Amino acid sequence: MSDKIMAYRRDNDRVGVRNHVIILPVDDISNAACESVANNIKGTMALPHAYGRLQFGEDLDLHFRTMIGTGANPNVAAVVVIGIEPSWTKKIADGIAETGKPVAAFSIEQNGDLETVRAASWKAKEFVHYASELQREECDMSELWISTKCGESDTTTGLGSCPTVGNMYDKLIPQGIYGCFGETSEITGAEHICKARAADEETGERWYKMWNAYQDDVIFAHQTDDLSDSQPTKGNIEGGLTTIEEKALGNLEKIGRECKYIDILEPAEAPQKGKGLYFMDSSSAAAECVTLMAAGGYVIHTFPTGQGNVVGNPIVPVIKITANPRTVRTMSEHVDVDVTGILTREKTIDEAGDDLIEMIRRTANGRNTAAEALGHREFSMTKLYRSA
Amino acid sequence: MSNIPQLLVHDHEDNVGVVVVEGLAAGTEMLCVVTHDNSSFKLVANEDVPIGHKIALKDIAEGDTAIKYGEDIGKFVGSVKQGCHVHTQNLKTKRW
Repeated sequence: MSDKIMAYRRDNDRVGVRNHVIILPVDDISNAACESVANNIKGTMALPHAYGRLQFGEDLDLHFRTMIGTGANPNVAAVVVIGIEPSWTKKIADGIAETGKPVAAFSIEQNGDLETVRAASWKAKEFVHYASELQREECDMSELWISTKCGESDTTTGLGSCPTVGNMYDKLIPQGIYGCFGETSEITGAEHICKARAADEETGERWYKMWNAYQDDVIFAHQTDDLSDSQPTKGNIEGGLTTIEEKALGNLEKIGRECKYIDILEPAEAPQKGKGLYFMDSSSAAAECVTLMAAGGYVIHTFPTGQGNVVGNPIVPVIKITANPRTVRTMSEHVDVDVTGILTREKTIDEAGDDLIEMIRRTANGRNTAAEALGHREFSMTKLYRSA
Repeated sequence: MSNIPQLLVHDHEDNVGVVVVEGLAAGTEMLCVVTHDNSSFKLVANEDVPIGHKIALKDIAEGDTAIKYGEDIGKFVGSVKQGCHVHTQNLKTKRW
């Protein structure tokens, strides 16, 4: 296996595997202008979303962190930011500009959609010319930031696709990559194991406190009778998972046998403690979780699925791995790495891990994932509570 | 094809295993493999059980704890005979 990849080295020395020019709305009412710009200028992509107005406190902080983190992601070459008013728009553009990449901000009030779209389209065209002349260069696999989250899990994910990701982390984390797992609510039932996988006792205690706070503040504060209709999901149950404990134990197979996490990230927070594995406090909903990890700076996402979650992301390639032969038979267009051989005992976890690493290398070099080819661009902001 | 297992079990302490083939019919003598050490045993399926769903490895009483991955995955809310289907009708979380 070659440990070299051809990728984009950005001004801040981070390595990206895609070269997107994005048109980023600050708020829901700027989606239309962003989509008009993206329609005018080919080679750009608008990222419409539902929020950004009258948020406050921790929820507003998360909104800014997600916006700035998305623009700052090394898979993005340049960004046009459009908001209804100039202040929050400038705040987001300034945050992205710290990476050194080209950013331009436009606001709609006192201009209207048409004038804003005209001016922003000229800038977007300039950015497309800039980005399309950037060249891939030789980088090391160990410079990649690789996140993981599983979805539409079943009993085959715990047997096959999650241990495949775990094997990949056991091999690549020691080489120096940044890893990330999360899904706070889906650790329930395996919290004693997760706590013990912290790099030191203090980190484990912090993790446990965070998990407990989530149980108290979110689950027990908002549940109506019990969570059995949501966790496990109806898809999980169809796939044979019966309880949250069973689901959690399978989920945690994604961090392998050796890796220890070195820190706990807020949603969409970028790692600060150097190379290694991180836990991100995050929802278990696929699109939300992948969006948060992308905003944290991760450039490739590995996604084990059992029943066939089809999620993608606009800026990060999402690699789908499944061990379920029915899913391969009925929806193979969504599968990047088929590890059904683990169930038939024709393939070991170690071999499957190597298959995944090879697919990561090819994806980093430019191979479009199934989700990219099928146009999956789910950009889903996490919202903590009601707006003002 | 005869050496392809119908049932996988994570750990020797487990009292449930996972069906890993489609269309498993009642009466099938299953090849069962424990993934922890690749050891194997035989067990007859007493019901048609879909792929991904669990089968009891022994007779289980109501109130017993289900063990998978060598860990507690919930409590049995009904008794189950060896070789029969284990799912939401007889197993429930201890968490919510």
